[in-house]
Amino acid sequence: MITAIYLAAVFCIVIGLVFSRSRVLSDLLGVLFLGVQTLLTVHAMLHQGCTELNYFSFDAMGLILLLTLTIVSYPTLLHSRIYLTKPLSSPGSAAVYNASCVLLIAAMTMGYLANHAAVTWIFTEITTLSAAMLIYHHRSKLALEATWKYVFVCAISISFVFVGILFISLALLHDGCSELFYTDLLAHKATLNSFWMKLGFLFIFAGYTAKLGLFPMFTAGVDAKDKAPAPAGALLASALMNLGFCGIYRVYSAISGTPVADWARMVMLIAALITLFIATIYMARISNVKRMLAYSGIEHMSVVTLGLCFGKAGFIAAMLHIVMHTFVKSGLFFHFTQLWRVYSSKMIDDMGDYLKLNPFGALVLLLGFVSIAAVPPSGLFFSELLVFKAMIANGSWVVFAITAFLLTVLLWAFARSIFRIIFLPATKPVEKIKISPWESVSQLILFVLAAYIGFNPPAFLLELIQQAAAMLQ
Amino acid sequence: MLETLIIIFLATLLYMAIANRMRNYIKILVFQGILLFLVAAFHLKDFNIFNLVVILLETIVFKAAAVPYCLERIIRHNGITRETEPYLPNFISLLIVAGIVVGSILLSGSIDDLILDKFFFVGAVSAIFTGLYLIVSRRKILTHVVGYCVIENGVFILSLAVGNEMPALVNLGVMLDIFASVLILGIFANKIGDVFHDVDIDSLNKLKD
Repeated sequence: MITAIYLAAVFCIVIGLVFSRSRVLSDLLGVLFLGVQTLLTVHAMLHQGCTELNYFSFDAMGLILLLTLTIVSYPTLLHSRIYLTKPLSSPGSAAVYNASCVLLIAAMTMGYLANHAAVTWIFTEITTLSAAMLIYHHRSKLALEATWKYVFVCAISISFVFVGILFISLALLHDGCSELFYTDLLAHKATLNSFWMKLGFLFIFAGYTAKLGLFPMFTAGVDAKDKAPAPAGALLASALMNLGFCGIYRVYSAISGTPVADWARMVMLIAALITLFIATIYMARISNVKRMLAYSGIEHMSVVTLGLCFGKAGFIAAMLHIVMHTFVKSGLFFHFTQLWRVYSSKMIDDMGDYLKLNPFGALVLLLGFVSIAAVPPSGLFFSELLVFKAMIANGSWVVFAITAFLLTVLLWAFARSIFRIIFLPATKPVEKIKISPWESVSQLILFVLAAYIGFNPPAFLLELIQQAAAMLQ
Repeated sequence: MLETLIIIFLATLLYMAIANRMRNYIKILVFQGILLFLVAAFHLKDFNIFNLVVILLETIVFKAAAVPYCLERIIRHNGITRETEPYLPNFISLLIVAGIVVGSILLSGSIDDLILDKFFFVGAVSAIFTGLYLIVSRRKILTHVVGYCVIENGVFILSLAVGNEMPALVNLGVMLDIFASVLILGIFANKIGDVFHDVDIDSLNKLKD
C-alpha cells in the first residue's frame, strides 16, 4: 500500500517539478519528496520481508541500500538547492534538474526493492534516462558529449542485461518455472542449467558494470560524473553504483554454492583487478578533481567486487564498504561545489592554498580525503582490512599482493593531489570569497557517520548484512 | 512460414551491411518491424486480443512507425547527407555480416537444448552482433542509433526464441523503456546536430583525462 502511495506521490511530484517555475513551490515539492522517501524507508524497515504490489520486496539487501540512499538524498537535495542558486539557474533548467533528480532517486529506490529480474531492469533503464537530463544540465558541448556517451553506453549495456535475463529465464524454464522472481531463482538454484546460468551471468555482469563502474563498461560513467552538476554527480558516484552491485548480487546469490560459482567469481575477480589497474594508471596522472573522485569510485567498487568474490566474510566487508563509501563519496562531491566557487576551475593545477581561502572547508576536505583513502580513523579502513583478511583466509596471496600494491599507488596519487589543493600555494592569485561553514556541515556529518559505522557498526545494520550474506553459500 | 520470415529477416541484415543511404536504413527498420509483427503473431500460442494489441503496439506502432519517423525527422532537421560513411568498404562489411550469420548458425548447432528455438536463436544472435558491428563501423551517430534498434530487434527475437512470456505489465514497462531510450537518443542526436553542425562521432572526442 505504502509503495503504491510512494509511486503515485513521486509521479505527481515529478510532474509538479517539471512545470514549477517558482522556487518556493520547488522547495516544497522537494521536502514533500523527502517525506515520502522517508515514509517508504521507515515502512520498509518495519515490514521487513513483506512484498508489495507483487514486484517489490523489503529484503535485507534492498533495505540496506534503501536506507543508505534515503540518508544521502537529504544532503543531495539541500546541495542541489545551493547549486541552483549560486549562481542562479534559469527556472526552466532548474525545473528539469529537480524533476530528474527526484526521478533518479525514486528509480534507484524501486530498483533496489524490485524482486523480479525484469523489474530491476526497467528501473535501471529509468535511472539512465533521468541521469541523462542531469548530466546535460549545463547545455555545453562537453556536457552534450558526456550525455550522449553515457546514454548510448548504458542503453547497449542494459540490452546486454536483458539478454542475460532471457538466458536465465531459459535455465528456469528447464526447471519448469516460467517466472523470473529472484525467489524462484533461489528456489531452483541447485538444479538450474549451468550453461545458461553462466551465459546469463556473463551478460548481466557485463551490462551492470556500466552502473557499477567496473571494466568493461565503466568509461561513460566517469565522463558523466565529471560533467554532471556535483550534487547529481554525488548520486551517480555512490547510490547509482550500488544499484549495479544490487543487480549483480541478486543473480550471483542464485549461483553461489553451485558449480558455476567458481567461474562467476573468476569473471568478477578479473574484472575487478583490471578496473583497479586502470583506476591506478589514471589516478597517477589525473588533473581534474571530479574525474579523480570518479576514478576513486571505480577503485572502491573494485574492492567491493573483490569482497563479493571471497565468501561470506568478504561479502560482509563489501556491504559495510558500500554503505560507508556512499556517505563519504557523496560528501566529497558535495564539497566540490565549494572548490568550484573558490577557484572557478576543476583543474588541480589551478588550485592551492585552500586552507587559507576556506579554512573550515579545507579541514572537512582533509577529513573526507582521510575517509575515502581508507586511512585510520576512516571507517573504510576497517572494511578494506576485512576484505584483505577474507583474501588471506582464502589463500589468495597473489590477489592480495596485487590489490595492496595498486591501492598503495592510488593512495599516493590521491594524497598528492589533495595535499596540493589544501597546503601548497596557488599557482595564480585567487580572490578570497566568503563561504558559510554551514555548507560543510552535511559533509562533516556524512564523514563522521561513515567513521562511526566503521568503528561501531549498528546492530540492526550488521543483522541486515548477515541476512543478505545468508543468501550466499 | 516462420522459417521463411526469419530468413527474410537475416537477408535484411545482409542488406544493411551494404546499404549506402541513410533512408535505406530507415526503410529496413520499417520492414524489420513488420517482419517482427508477423513472426510474433504466428508464434503466439495463446491467441487473444490483449496479446495481439501488445505485439501490435510493440512492433508495428513502435518499431515500424514511431522510431523510423523520429529518425527520418532527425535526418531532415539536421540536413544529414545521404551517405552512411562506413569505415570499411561495403564488400568487407558484407563478408563480416555473412560471417556473423554463419557463426550464429554454427553456435546454435553446438548448443544442445530442447526448449530453445534454434531458428529464432540464429536470427537473434545475428541481429545483436550485426547491430554492434554497425555501431563500430559507421561514422554518423544516427547509424549508431540504427545499430541500437537492430540490437533491440535481436533481443525481441531472442525473447521469442526463449519462449518465456513475461507478465504483461513487465512487458509494457520494458517496451516503454526502450522507446524512451530511442527517443532520448534521438533528442540528443538532434542537439548534437544543432551544436556541432556535424552529426559525426569524430566530433565527440573532447572528453579526456
